[in-house]
Amino acid sequence: MTAYFSDFDNLPLNQSTLRASALTCVRGERTLFTDLDLQVSAGEWLHIRGENGIGKTSLLRLLAGLTAPAAGSISWNDQSIVADASEYHRNLLFLGHRDSLKEDLTAFENLSIVTALDGVTVSEDEILFALHRFGLRGREDLPVNCLSAGQKRRVLLARLLLRKAKLWILDEPFNALDVRAVEMLSELIGEHIAAGGMAIMTSHQEIPMPNGRVVQL
Amino acid sequence: MSALLAVIRRDLLLVMRRKSEVLTILFFFVIVTSLFPLGIGADTALLRKIAPGVIWVTALLSTMLGLQRLFASDFADGTLEQMALSPTPLTLLVGGKIAAHWLVCGLPLVLLAPVIGLQFDLDASTLGTFILALLIGTPILSLIGAIGAALTLGVRGGGVLLSLLVLPLYIPVLIFGAGAVYAQSVGLDVGGHFSVLAALLVLALFFAPWATTAAVRIAIE
Amino acid sequence: MSSTIGKNGNQFIHWFKFSSPATFYPLAGKLIPFFWALAIIFGIAGLWISFFVAPVDAVQGQGYRIIFIHVPASWMSMFIYIVMAVWAGLGLVFNTRLSAMMAQALAPTGALMAFISLWTGAFWGKPMWGAWWVWDARLTSELILLFLYLGFMALQASIDDPRRADKAGAILALVGVVNVPIIYFSVKWWNTLHQGASISVDKAPSMAHTMLLGMLLMALCLWMYSIAVALMRVRAIILERESHADWVRSLEGVK
Repeated sequence: MTAYFSDFDNLPLNQSTLRASALTCVRGERTLFTDLDLQVSAGEWLHIRGENGIGKTSLLRLLAGLTAPAAGSISWNDQSIVADASEYHRNLLFLGHRDSLKEDLTAFENLSIVTALDGVTVSEDEILFALHRFGLRGREDLPVNCLSAGQKRRVLLARLLLRKAKLWILDEPFNALDVRAVEMLSELIGEHIAAGGMAIMTSHQEIPMPNGRVVQL
Repeated sequence: MSALLAVIRRDLLLVMRRKSEVLTILFFFVIVTSLFPLGIGADTALLRKIAPGVIWVTALLSTMLGLQRLFASDFADGTLEQMALSPTPLTLLVGGKIAAHWLVCGLPLVLLAPVIGLQFDLDASTLGTFILALLIGTPILSLIGAIGAALTLGVRGGGVLLSLLVLPLYIPVLIFGAGAVYAQSVGLDVGGHFSVLAALLVLALFFAPWATTAAVRIAIE
Repeated sequence: MSSTIGKNGNQFIHWFKFSSPATFYPLAGKLIPFFWALAIIFGIAGLWISFFVAPVDAVQGQGYRIIFIHVPASWMSMFIYIVMAVWAGLGLVFNTRLSAMMAQALAPTGALMAFISLWTGAFWGKPMWGAWWVWDARLTSELILLFLYLGFMALQASIDDPRRADKAGAILALVGVVNVPIIYFSVKWWNTLHQGASISVDKAPSMAHTMLLGMLLMALCLWMYSIAVALMRVRAIILERESHADWVRSLEGVK
């Protein structure tokens, strides 16, 4: 089974970097954190840890560019993610708590549409391959609302595979996954990092993968 | 371009899977327009006179019912957020969603209007003007309404609040749209009305997707 | 950061100092009595001219004097909408809280002006044309303007997060400000087509100078009043939204 990764545009490994400086996050009236610095480069991954409500999801959303920080800046390859949003989005895949799938469409349709929206060309075979890799053979043409919670998350794993983005920002990616799916995801992330990708993840628990840096909020 | 077509195809596909959502809006249009003759009486001269206004107002209300489904489900399941993070400009994707909304909620009204018009005893040339006016006017309703739909995403009292925000902005379309039909029915020139409607359409095409995108980003924050 | 030193060594007032709610609050407090005083002075002058100096209208008798409130109120309702939209727009572009609070403070006053305009229009209409309401272009546009104000206020009231409410309101206000001329033009045109009331509310036959003076003075009175009330309201909004800040907690009367 071949992986669908190649060296990302043959760039030198140290070129892809996400850098955040002096980030301050305010939600409503609470200041969640101030003056936070972090950096992640090609081949690295960060594990954001902290208790409930401390701001892990808010931090990820800031890094993805969904919300603006109260202070501080975020840059991708030394370009502000606000100024060059389109370029940043090309290299980013963000998965939040919600499934981000249309319940009325089939798994296959969801993937083919979302890749088209993202401007990524994939063939039907590639989509089917991705779905089969994550144990959804025979379920490709069922509406997503017929799948279990774990199966829905597996469709998202297929999306990770198809999208070929350099930076993955994943909020609690191991939630609702059974043991087998946890293994699949770890394997997938491992391949991604080894090929020069990068990832930022949150989780309450230990992430069963080696060599990450921990950022404690 | 293909992203635009993909988003239109997606929304149309979603409608096909839940046809009842849209069909109920069309039934609303048909039923409410039928209420007027029942409430006012079958005096054909009177009906001919009130027809432009009645059918237009009902078209406005029907479009508004459809607006609530424009962004709400994507907002709830997180796909709207994904669109905001897509490399494709969000304005393009929002424009595609508005186009799909018109195809599903606006175009059927254009096609149904002649049937309703017959209930009000309108003659052929008036019906022709009606179809053309609705053809230009209903996209404007979708475009302006999208701004309201994005502003009220996830907000309490969303549906009624949406009406309060959007109906005042619909008034120029109503005035010139109904005015065109009325003018045609009494034999006056309709050129002026259509020019203004066309100008409103161009204005809406320019500004509405942009304002709607800004409102969507605010809602996602 | 209290002032910047200019090239000649002069000290210029650093206006952005006052863009923080904490510094604006006391400034507003000092300005309020000043504007109330101006409002009262202009009001007395304006009402005196309106009721005693301006001549009796040949056609409409004494009843026409209500235009001295009606017309200034209409002007103010439109002026305030534009100012509100400008503040809201500034708040959106520069991400400043105070600008958005100012817009929020202006809205109820603007709505009140629109409401007064409609009521006085009705009170004028009844003795003049025998109807409480006429579908005249100005009154109809005024009614729609009232709806735009109410929509703005309702939207802000429905959104819990204050910053989201600010930004959403700003977009609505800006969309409204673009639409107001369009709506006005449409309604004016519609009015001529449908041949409603033959006398338009805003077509007062040849204005005597004193009539114009009376209206201008009343307009100034309402303008000063609006500023005073908006400043009072924005102070209340500041206190409410910044209630967690230290400077609020240390204020007299809050302790």
